[in-house]
Amino acid sequence: MPTKSQLLWMYEIMEKARYYEDTMAAAYMEGKSPKFDIGAGPLPGEMHLAAGQEPCAAAVCVHLRADDTVTATHRPHHAAIAKGVDLKKMTAEIFGKATGLGGGRGGHMHLLDPAVNFVCSGIIGEGAGPAVGAALAAKLKGSDAIAVSYIGEGAANQGGVHEALNLAALWKLPVVFIIEDNGWGISVPKSASTAVADNSVRAAGYGIPGSHVADNDTLTLFDLAEQAVNRARRGDGPTLIEVETYRYYGHFQGDPELYRPKGEVAALKAKDPIARLRRQIIGQGVTEEEANEALSKAKREVDEAFAFARAAAYPAPGDALTRVFA
Amino acid sequence: MSSNRIMTVSRAISEAIAQEMRADPTVFIMGEDIGTYGGIFGATTGLLAEFGKERVRDTPISETGFIGAGVGAAMAGMRPIVELMFVDFFGVCMDAIYNLAAKNIYFSGGNYKVPMVIMTATGGGYSDAGQHSQTLHATFAHLPGLKVVAPSNAYDAKGLMISAIRDDSPVMFMFHKGLQGLAWMASPEGAASELPEEAYAIPFGEAKVVRPGKDVTIVSLSMMVHRSLDAAEELATQGIEAEVIDLRTIVPLDRKKVIESVRKTGRLVVVDEDYKSFGLTGEIIATVAEEDPTLLKAAPQRLAVPDVPIPYSRPMEQYVLPSADKIVAAVLTTMKKGA
Repeated sequence: MPTKSQLLWMYEIMEKARYYEDTMAAAYMEGKSPKFDIGAGPLPGEMHLAAGQEPCAAAVCVHLRADDTVTATHRPHHAAIAKGVDLKKMTAEIFGKATGLGGGRGGHMHLLDPAVNFVCSGIIGEGAGPAVGAALAAKLKGSDAIAVSYIGEGAANQGGVHEALNLAALWKLPVVFIIEDNGWGISVPKSASTAVADNSVRAAGYGIPGSHVADNDTLTLFDLAEQAVNRARRGDGPTLIEVETYRYYGHFQGDPELYRPKGEVAALKAKDPIARLRRQIIGQGVTEEEANEALSKAKREVDEAFAFARAAAYPAPGDALTRVFA
Repeated sequence: MSSNRIMTVSRAISEAIAQEMRADPTVFIMGEDIGTYGGIFGATTGLLAEFGKERVRDTPISETGFIGAGVGAAMAGMRPIVELMFVDFFGVCMDAIYNLAAKNIYFSGGNYKVPMVIMTATGGGYSDAGQHSQTLHATFAHLPGLKVVAPSNAYDAKGLMISAIRDDSPVMFMFHKGLQGLAWMASPEGAASELPEEAYAIPFGEAKVVRPGKDVTIVSLSMMVHRSLDAAEELATQGIEAEVIDLRTIVPLDRKKVIESVRKTGRLVVVDEDYKSFGLTGEIIATVAEEDPTLLKAAPQRLAVPDVPIPYSRPMEQYVLPSADKIVAAVLTTMKKGA
């Protein structure tokens, strides 16, 4: 059961992530109209937003420490926020500025913050192996730090993920694998990509526990993640959790989503997980004032981060040649 | 130094790893058959017995998994050595190598280091056919963010492996199977060397003139250094003094030494066991041409595998691989023009 402070933390993180993604969606379109040109404006390139997937980040990361590692996907912002990545440096990186996490070299899909052990990658499924490696490092060092690997339900069919699961199970490594099932691998629904309806059954193939969270429920995931994290810290090995979650935006910004049934997103929004959590936390001892305060604080931090990023300078072009090697 | 310190390349590699593992508890090694078996090509013999199975880990056949894990462990403060059994197997795990290991330092603006060694066996000439005989130097050298090392002898192998382990960037350590000194595969006499007992590091980016000469520059690496030296012996009997350069590392590449030599000799032959087009031989020639094409008194010659999969049947395999005879012929071609 979450404490009051954990409830409030999760709520604030989820509001922060949601507001971040919505702010990013609007900013992304600057310079890209009337004709959408992916390379134009202050936020050129691809953009993959995680609005609707906030529980996956908050309800897991609430149990993590700074020395735990998180590897995330091409849709990383909510996880980065929940892990405590420096929001100003993260936003500056997404805007391609010199004061970004990577000095502008990585951008939105390659956000790396060693201060909180957060990394993400644009290649599907490829964060699973490194999460296993971070867990192995912790074990070799005699630390009880753990690793969390976020992957999508599409990635669950990638060979490297299978390898990572087997290796983590075989070597009893402290990894928690979280499958964010938002129903869509770009335009391909899960029913057309995956031989099983529920990926948690695949855990049995590695002899590890697997569980499933229906309908984006923050508190259910909180409990399951707590068990998985504790299991890992105890040295009892990995766990697989699949979370049925919601993708409010397209696969990428600019995705016309012609493949998506009309009304699907509206129906998901009608049961928004943040609104649900807010009702739940008020019922569990958090006051309206406290919740409002958390919401204001969240928005303020996001606004400050965007302002920082916009005002920041671009890197010198020649910086492209630096920092290749250590 | 006593002659019982003349050691094979495989011994040099395992000794380098052992010395670094003794000195630094963050160094560990994983890969297929590297533990109990000691590595299919003998590169990890003795390590399991000395260091135990926590630090010397036999893996399942899961290259994406364990090379990806190597990246994660390296970024978490360890210094993993990961063996990719045959370089030809890179296809199943290349993402972890070229998109993760090679790029995470850059993506993080230098805030992360990736102190990982990927050691891998290269080379043909013993009829192991198209998927087990490649060298692929250029494949890895071409993609930014990887250092690429290919020793030709035991002395260099030990010093370069030690440097590789100590490097905070990812290093591809490419060792030729035919140089290892295995009981079950022939190797040239010059591959084994006297090994100093202590740990020593050979810096990257320093090619070595392994035979000085004034008439022609032969640039090579790995097994082909030995073919080049054999060719130089034969050429000397014909009154031609060939200078043989062993590149030792191709990222970083010692272009200066190559240019210096060609400035002296005016003639260039490049020998690589990798495929010919879009590779190392072209890179060396371009290096000289960019510096000053008038340095060359004759057209440069390059010897490499002629853009075909390496065939199985012995006469065909020998046909595609560079040899001392072919190097001699190439040198003679360059000697026809100019003074």
